[in-house]
This record gives sequence, C-alpha cells and structure tokens, in this order.
Amino acid sequence: MNIVNVRRISQAFFLALFLWFCIVGTFGQEWWQLRGWPVNWFLQLDPLTALGTVLTTGTLYAGLAWAIVATLFLGRFFCGWVCPFGSMHQAVGYLGRRAKPLSHSLRVNSHHPLQSIKYYLLLFLLAAASGSLLAAGIRIAWGVPLVIPVLAAVGIILAGVTARRFQAQRKKAAGILLALVGAWTVLAFFFSVDRMLGASLLTGLLDPIPLVHRSVNLVLLPLADATIQKLSVSQRYTEGAWLIGSVFAGALLLNLVRPRFYCRFVCPLGALFGVISRYSVWRIGRTSGECTRCGVCDAGCEGACEPSSRVRIHECVLCMNCLNSCSHDLITFGTAPSASGQLVSPDMSRRGFVLTLVSGVAVVPAMRLGGYTAKNWNPVLIRPPGSLSEIDFLSRCIKCGQCMRVCPTNIIHPAGLQAGFEGLWTPVLNFRIGSSGCQMNCIACCHVCPTAAIRPISLDEKLGRNAFHEAGPIRLGTAFVDHGRCLPWAMDKPCIVCQENCPVSPKAIHVKEHFVTVRDGIRVVTAAAGSVLDTAGTPLKPGGLATGDYYLRFGNASGEQRHLIFENTERGITVDPGFSPEPGISAGETVEIQVRLQRPQVDPDRCIGCGVCEHECPVSGKRAIRVTAENESRNRKHSLLL
Amino acid sequence: MTGISSENERGLNRREFILRTCKAGIAAAAAGSLGYLLHDGLGPGPPSEAGDAQVSLPDFSIPGFEGKLSIVNGMDRVKSVHLALKSLGGIEAFVKKGDRVLIKVNAAFATPPILSATSNPELLGEVVRLCLAAGAASVVVTDNPINDPGSCFALTGIGDAARSAGAQLVFPRDGFFRATTVAGGTLIRDWPLLYTPFENVNKVIGMAPVKDHHRSGASMIMKNWYGLLGGRRNIFHQNIHDVIMELAVMVKPTLVILDGVTTMMTNGPTGGSLSDLKQTGTLIVSTDQVAADAFGASLLGRSIRDLPFILKAESMGLGTSDFESLHPIRTSVG
Repeated sequence: MNIVNVRRISQAFFLALFLWFCIVGTFGQEWWQLRGWPVNWFLQLDPLTALGTVLTTGTLYAGLAWAIVATLFLGRFFCGWVCPFGSMHQAVGYLGRRAKPLSHSLRVNSHHPLQSIKYYLLLFLLAAASGSLLAAGIRIAWGVPLVIPVLAAVGIILAGVTARRFQAQRKKAAGILLALVGAWTVLAFFFSVDRMLGASLLTGLLDPIPLVHRSVNLVLLPLADATIQKLSVSQRYTEGAWLIGSVFAGALLLNLVRPRFYCRFVCPLGALFGVISRYSVWRIGRTSGECTRCGVCDAGCEGACEPSSRVRIHECVLCMNCLNSCSHDLITFGTAPSASGQLVSPDMSRRGFVLTLVSGVAVVPAMRLGGYTAKNWNPVLIRPPGSLSEIDFLSRCIKCGQCMRVCPTNIIHPAGLQAGFEGLWTPVLNFRIGSSGCQMNCIACCHVCPTAAIRPISLDEKLGRNAFHEAGPIRLGTAFVDHGRCLPWAMDKPCIVCQENCPVSPKAIHVKEHFVTVRDGIRVVTAAAGSVLDTAGTPLKPGGLATGDYYLRFGNASGEQRHLIFENTERGITVDPGFSPEPGISAGETVEIQVRLQRPQVDPDRCIGCGVCEHECPVSGKRAIRVTAENESRNRKHSLLL
Repeated sequence: MTGISSENERGLNRREFILRTCKAGIAAAAAGSLGYLLHDGLGPGPPSEAGDAQVSLPDFSIPGFEGKLSIVNGMDRVKSVHLALKSLGGIEAFVKKGDRVLIKVNAAFATPPILSATSNPELLGEVVRLCLAAGAASVVVTDNPINDPGSCFALTGIGDAARSAGAQLVFPRDGFFRATTVAGGTLIRDWPLLYTPFENVNKVIGMAPVKDHHRSGASMIMKNWYGLLGGRRNIFHQNIHDVIMELAVMVKPTLVILDGVTTMMTNGPTGGSLSDLKQTGTLIVSTDQVAADAFGASLLGRSIRDLPFILKAESMGLGTSDFESLHPIRTSVG
C-alpha cells in the first residue's frame, strides 16, 4: 500500500472518530451516549488550546497534557493525517479541482505570499492571551529596586550620546531621539496601566478543533437529528447557529478558491505546528537527481510548499502526495536537507511582528473598555453552574460548544455579543429555548469542559450539601417577577406555575394570598333564597365564576364572610351550600365578587437561578418571571443581599 | 450557433423571423397562463379555525367493574399492590391474555425516587411484571414530564424499572402528539395530546403518588393526566379545577393505582427534601379515579371541599367522591 493511501485511511479514521465523539456527547446511559467516551480527546490533543491556557492561567488542565504528545510526536502530521477539519478541507478541495487540468492544480497549489497571515493571527491570539503574564512580569520588574534608576540612566546616556552626534548626522540622530521618546512613552504607558493588561483566550475563535467541534455540535448534529430524531427526544436548537454555520460553510467553500484555504491562510494551529516544524528531524526534500520539471509534485501539494524548488518546511502538511507522485523518485522524507534548498521559517517582517504583538496585547484592554467585565456587566449573561468569575472564565473558555452539546435540557447556548466580542460563542443560558431549566441533579457541563472554564464541581457542591452546607448551593442568578406581566399580579388571573415548578425545598417562590374584587364585581342583591342570590348589574358569564377560584364577599355590622361560588347564571350566584350565609343576606344589600389569587414572590435567599420557573411561565413571549445574573455565586460583586 | 452568427452577418430571413415570433408568442402565452393560474386577488384570509383532524382516547374501563376500591395499609408497596389486586379479583380480571397495556406514570421531575415526587419505580416494576404475567402482549410506560424527559426517566428510576421489568419506555417525541378535543370541554380544545403511545393499546393504568399542590390543592390520579398534554399546557393553570375535570373526562382508565405509602405533605409537587414527606402507609387501587382521589385527599389532611376538581369530576358522572359508598375493601400487610 502506498503512503498516500495510508494517509487517507488515517484521515478517514480520525474524522470518523471525531464525528463519533460528537455523537456520543449525548447525555444519557446508552452505550452510544456519554458514558466515559473521551469526547474531549481532539481538543486535548490540540497544542494551541494547551499553550493558550498555559499563557492565561499558568497551568495545564487535566487531559490537555495530551497536547505534549501531539507536539513532540505528531507535529505537522496532525494537519495532514489527524485533523478532522483538515480532512474536510482536503476532501472539498479535491472535489473542487477534480477533472481540472494540471495547470489549474499548479496554479491553485502554488505558494501565495499571504499564507503568512496565519502566523500573524497566531501571534495576535497568543499576545492577547499573554496580557496577565506580561502584567505579572511588569509588576515583578517594578518591584525590583534599581530597575527604574538603571532604565533612566540608560535612557539619559543614550540620549546624551545621540545629542553629541547631532552635529554630524542630523537626520539619523533626530530619528533616534524620536524613537527614544516613543519608547519612553510606551514604557511609561505599560508601567502605569499594568492593571489594565489582561489575558483573553481568543484562540478558540479560529483554532480548527474548537471550530469544528462547535460547528458539528451546534449546527450539523441538530440539523441531522431533525430528520432522524435519534439523538434527542425533541428538536435541539442553537441560538445564533447562522453565524457558526456560515463560518463553517464559508471555510469549506473557500477550498474551491484554493485547496486547504483555511489551513494555508487562517489556521493558527497550523501556524503553530509550522513554527515548530523547523525542529523536526524528518522532512520532505528533494534528492540531487535530475528533475524534469514536470510539476506533478507541486500540483498535488496540499500545503502549497513547492517541493520542486525551495521547499517551505513550515507550510508542509506532510500529505506525502509529492513523495508518492514523483515518477523519478526524487522526493524523499528524510533527515537530509533538500537538494534544491529549503525554507524553515515563515516570512514575517520584523515590523509586522512587533505591530501584531503590540496589537494583540493592547486589544484586550481595549475590548474591556466596554466594561463588560466591570461595572457594565451584563445581567442576562447567566453562565453554566460552576463557571469561573468572568475574567477567569474568558481566560479559559475556548468556545468549543462541548457544554452546549452535553446539556440534557439544551439551555446552554453560544453567546452573541452579550459578553462583548471576547465572549463571542461562550456559553450562556437561555431558559426559553430548551426543554427545562438547569436540572438540579446534573453537573454534566462542569465535567465535560476541557479547560475548566466551568469547574468540575460535585453534586454536593452544586446543591450545597454535606461539606458544602455552609457555602450553600451554587446560584446562577436570581428570578424576578415582572409585576406588569405576571397573570396574578397584573391581570388578577390565578396561575402560580412558577411556584409549582420551583425545585428548591423549601420553595424559593412562595405565594401571598390576596382576595381581589373583580371588575364590575360589586353587585346589589335583588333576591336571596338560601345559598342562591339574584343580583343586578352587568350580566355575568354563565359558569364563569364556577372555576373554584371565585368567592362572594359580603358583610354587615356583625361581621364579614367570604364563600366559594359554586355556580352562576347571568344574574344568579350560588355559593357553597355547605355554608349557610350567616347572617343572612337580604335584598338591597351589596356583595362583592372576589377572585382568590396566589401572587408569587421570590425569596432571594433561596433562589438558585435554575430558570425552571422562567421556562415554565405561561406568559410565553417575554416571560413574567425571568432570571438575571444578580446574586450569582461566581462573582461576589454581583451579590444582591446583605 | 451558426444561425446566430449568420444573423449577425445578414439579418433575419423570413423563416427565421416567423420561427422567432412564434417562440416569443408561445412564451408570452405560457407566462400569461401561468400568471393567470397563480393569480390570487384576495391575499391570505384570517387564520383557519378548522384545525387538525382530532383524535380522542377510547374508554378503557371494563364494563361491570365500575366502583371498585381497595385500600391497603402497609409500607411494602409490592406486597400491598398484590393484596389490593387480589381483593379486586386479581390482575387477571383487568389484564387479559394478549392485552396491550399502557401505564401512565408521574415522571414529572428529574429527582431521585427517595424524594417521592414521581411514581415509585419498585411499584411500577411490579405492576409491569404482573401485567406481563397475566399475559399482556406489551406494556408501554410513558409520560410527558415537566423537566427534561431524558433526565426525568433516568433520575426517577422509572426508565430502568420499566425496561428491566420488560416494559417499553416511550419518550414524548415531537411527532407523537396529535390534536384532541375533549367532548363538552371548554379548555382542552384542539390541543396536542401524547397520542402515539396509545395507538393499539386497549388497557390503561394510571399510577401516581399523593402530593401537595399549591394551586389545585392536591396532585393525585386525575391531575396526573396533565402529563399527557403537550404544548404550552401551563396556561390551563388559570382554571386548574376545570382542566383537571376535563382531563378526567379525557381519560377513562382501566385501573388506577394511587401511591400513598409516602405522601408529600408540603412544598409540592416538586418536594425536594425528605422533610416534605410523611409515611402514610396506604396504597389505593381502584376503577374509580374520583373515589381514589377523594380518599387520597384524606392522606393530605384535606377535605374534599378544599379540592373543587373532585366535586366537578363527580358532577360530570366520572365517579363518586363518597368513597365509602363503594364499600372499599380494606386490608393491611406486615
């Protein structure tokens, strides 16, 4: 079997494995459901996720150690042989250039200078992730005595030396002085704003493994399952699926412009592997034999690394097409450098490098000027149980959508811009869309999260039991009754569905009983016979007062009484015959028709913000009881109570 | 191609002119007719009131077995249900060989069985086994829970109990609901009903625990039929007593089993704490759902006057609230 077929088998295997892990991300007890399948394996194998979280947190969480294996032993083999997104691109790219002449393949598979964009993207994302590390470094430097005097002295000496040369080389010296002023300004800026520097893990936006997980989990599987209805009991939804789906479809369609477009121009993970490929022992190269310049190797090249001339090692995805197709056996995979020369490092300009680095560091404080992580925190941003406080959360979440996939009630959704741009596609709870609220006895999202942005909490911790009794349950937020929309509050209609469904014991939603006189409910008795009264006034809806919720109130000097209405006609009202109206009512007296209302109230000490009430509220448009993130456990600054 | 290039050189000849005008005429006529066919001068009218084809559940009760009530005292549900059924003539009196049985459980909440917010799995398993032993061809267990169905059937133990006893567990899938209208009803009209599991079924058993319920006063057998409705059924809470009565009109079961071995006295119907529960040690098996609920009210310490839905159901002729008039068979185990 030739090497290319081995590669194809490997790609098919890992793509199938990846899709299988997406499918078994279903919450449940069947063998094909989430029962210990390593559903995060591809994410854990991803060195960009590992490196990103190491930069933001200084730790390598749990299974992310797999990334070391990928880095040391796979390297660029990951792109050509393992990456499920890469395999999809390769397949679409193949379809796009099938039956086209060799010249077409030669053109689209030639190296394009803009392929260096991905290295800038990688640098930008890593720079954005390193803000807190940088701030810590600045703080340490700031804390060392002599640092400032030494820096000042060096600056003054440099300025002095330049000034001495001013006479001789006016232009150059002026430039150096300007540069020094600039450097001082930047230094001063960094020293004074190190508080503002922050880390934000944005790699997940473009990192292919989270991207493909997100797309399959949140768009492809719900679409596929809508037809086969096997994975879930009811249709699963994804808020903002259009954007995730468009990015995915767009990335795939770009293969028709150039094969492996995403891999060549965008993929920051490929860029990371490209950068480290210079240390690889075995590489693609050419022997010194005579080449007929047939171009077959260049035409089939997946990475556009031009093996026929100076092969670009950093672009090579080790597809082995050149090795296989050269009819003169001039291409080798070995330790010797290519006879026609090789390029091992990406072509980045020094200026571009510095500019990207600075922009990456600066973008996080710039994004946070929106105040989403400070005073302007968004109350609709309800994070899954066990989520870290917002800044720590943003420094870990890779937007892979695993929590959204596993959530049995389908309430975790990718955020749009609720959490600012850096929170795009991070998990946020939506209690209207799923099959219930957050289920009390479920901690699936906490345990599936590959980066511990949602901490692996225990049920005891979630519910505030046993060792966590003192701490109390984890609160996602607090429910608020909207008195302008709630049926018993606003419209005098009995309801309390929210109270019924509150899963906390004792219930966080309790009711206060009110007897309210209905519209046109004050009536004059025209005749009375036992428990049957005849009244004057607007005709009543026959039977309308017989629901068991309406009462007749009457009273005189000797006291007030209220009796359940049993039956009514347009004028006649029958009260519960079990009670004889004592003292009796006589014609001419006034009675009031009242409805017994139980009006819901939320006890913020007990409410955990699970959202079951919001989900069940019969005011189905904008709910009359809604959870916001007030009092959420993950951020003490959002606490509500004394 | 040659035609066009030659035209460019020398203009149209007569034959070409006629051919082209004919084509244009046919195209214009075709477009005109299509436009005429598709023309809609009125636009859409108001939404259709016709609704979907309605389904309704047949009467599953057995003639001649009306008004049977057995009350067993004891803490062992398995022994109690055996004894109760025996006193009513055995399960064979209700489930015949080849019958296809549906058991409507209460699986409303994703809580463990110890909290008694849902049907007891041990009792369910035993009833399934009894039905199969009596020769039932199939036993279906179903509910449309309030919380997430998957979580509910898993956490309540109902899923495992049903499957291991040999029953078929049916989830409330989207396509399983059909529109129903309760005869004479004012509330349940053209409303989605969990109908597919009932197709080909000829016996129905209702099985529910006795629970406190703030809005209606109590959640027992009749309230449990709520779990057969789909859609945004919560709006019926505005008129809870009438909707429970209509539910009892909608379902005429073969047998009901009301589990008052443990009663949820407070914080219902979700409960959530052992302190909400009281050991009341009573199991009721009846063919009269109104009588069963009327007896169940006493376990909650409530009078029938507190529960208008019972009197409403009685006035519809669905059963009697005066359960003593049925001469209940009282026994006890252990």
